Amino acid sequence: MSITKLPHGPGVGYKPQHYAAILDDAAPVRWLEIHAENYTGAGGRPIAQLRHLAERFPISVHGVGLSIGGEGPLDPDHLARLKDLCDWLNPASFSEHLAWSTHDGAFLNDLLPLPYNAATLTRVADHIDALQDAIGRPMLLENPSSYLAFTDSTMSETEFLAEVSRRTGCGLLLDVNNVFVSATNLGLDARQYVADFPMDRVGELHLGGHDEDEDDHGAPLLIDSHGREVADPVWTLLDDVLARLGPAPLLIEWDTDVPDWPTLAAEARRGETALTRAANRVAA
Amino acid sequence: MTGQTGFHAALLDPSAPVPPGLTDGAGRAAGRRFAVYRNNVAVSLTEALIEGFPACHRLLGDDTFRGMAGAYLREHPPASPVMAQFGADLPGFLDAAPQLARMRWLADVARLEYGLRLSYHAADAVPLDGTALAAMAAEDLSASTFGLAPAMRLLRSDWPALSIWRKAMNPSAPQAANRPEDILIARPDYDPEPHLLMPGDAAFVAALSDGAPLGQVAEQALTAQPDHDTTRILGLLLQTGSLTPPQPETMP
Repeated sequence: MSITKLPHGPGVGYKPQHYAAILDDAAPVRWLEIHAENYTGAGGRPIAQLRHLAERFPISVHGVGLSIGGEGPLDPDHLARLKDLCDWLNPASFSEHLAWSTHDGAFLNDLLPLPYNAATLTRVADHIDALQDAIGRPMLLENPSSYLAFTDSTMSETEFLAEVSRRTGCGLLLDVNNVFVSATNLGLDARQYVADFPMDRVGELHLGGHDEDEDDHGAPLLIDSHGREVADPVWTLLDDVLARLGPAPLLIEWDTDVPDWPTLAAEARRGETALTRAANRVAA
Repeated sequence: MTGQTGFHAALLDPSAPVPPGLTDGAGRAAGRRFAVYRNNVAVSLTEALIEGFPACHRLLGDDTFRGMAGAYLREHPPASPVMAQFGADLPGFLDAAPQLARMRWLADVARLEYGLRLSYHAADAVPLDGTALAAMAAEDLSASTFGLAPAMRLLRSDWPALSIWRKAMNPSAPQAANRPEDILIARPDYDPEPHLLMPGDAAFVAALSDGAPLGQVAEQALTAQPDHDTTRILGLLLQTGSLTPPQPETMP
């Protein structure tokens, strides 16, 4: 069974302000991703738009709030919401993050980091088992963008993700911008990360823009802001990924300072070009 | 060891030291790297409140609203990842805020804004066709009960909450007169709109929502307001798609 049902072409994160433009002419975009938490209401425009779009495009549901890396149990109410959404929408893919966002009943609206060791591995794998049981389908787990490291980590992120995937059967979502951001922030080699990544488990790629800041020592500190074009070195890193992976579903994320449709479509077109290059390499 | 309890507490308290066990890539203390997460949490939740309560934001001013939001998100962090539900406790928080003693009406403006948001996400309903209603015999009409659309909401304010909201959203709207206002939130298609109700209307809508037959509903409104205009409120409910088809009589 294929690890993804999404088309091996460009997709974008769906924003309601692009609804009319997408229905008019979505090219080159072939699929859409929504944030699960924005579509758990009972009705109204969000649900009506999603129903309509789902008749025309494969939809990827991307959760941003389940807190898979949380110390506490998963929120059963939220699991039920995700199950309801997957039941009626029957999306082509469901993905979530290697991160936590809820603690002690409080949702913090950010993707927070966790150390990588035997204890956190067991916890994350248990939570993914629980989610996959609840929604009745395999999920893709996304690598985070990191701003700091933990002294009690005992394995690398790629080792951690590979082992979670092996234990739970989940696929992986490789966010190429996150690789670049984390590698820059933690002084790692992004190409080595890509070389170490279990590509046979990848069902989707993400690309987004980042902002540049500095830490206390004047070292670059990149912030995963999703508020601008994808940076050139991230496109270069994408070529490296595609050379190993071959063509794959490729998503452009642009969540803050959302641009007009032609600007977003131009980013998707750049992604399409990279995918075409990769396909030609495979064929050659 | 860096447990999430310590991480969580330090996220919400900017004066707290960075938790131990967090470093940069070279093993040096994480320092302001931790502030990225602190900032993400405070800014994203504050922005969510500004987006959800635009009139309150304008009425308080940006600095005051952000200060209030910072206190609110620490006292009442979201209880679920569904951000559409964030802010449910804001009206009560504003009611109790001592520094807002001279703006007691602000909590009702927040109730109106939160009500509009709940209406936006409420379940769809097939509205009652007004022509079917007009074709009914008077005694049948009087004995009929009606459903109300899930997106319809009734709000009773001791303040001119709707007029204050309108003026905040549109500076050319008339100045609010100092009197209580009853407000009906209705959602004809997908866009909720607030409507000012006349005296007796709120009793009418409340009786309808209790499932009373129309004749009894009209009587209760007349008790609340002797010159109550049943036709007007019925027209408003019909025209905004707030009435749903007559319910079959249920046996006790």
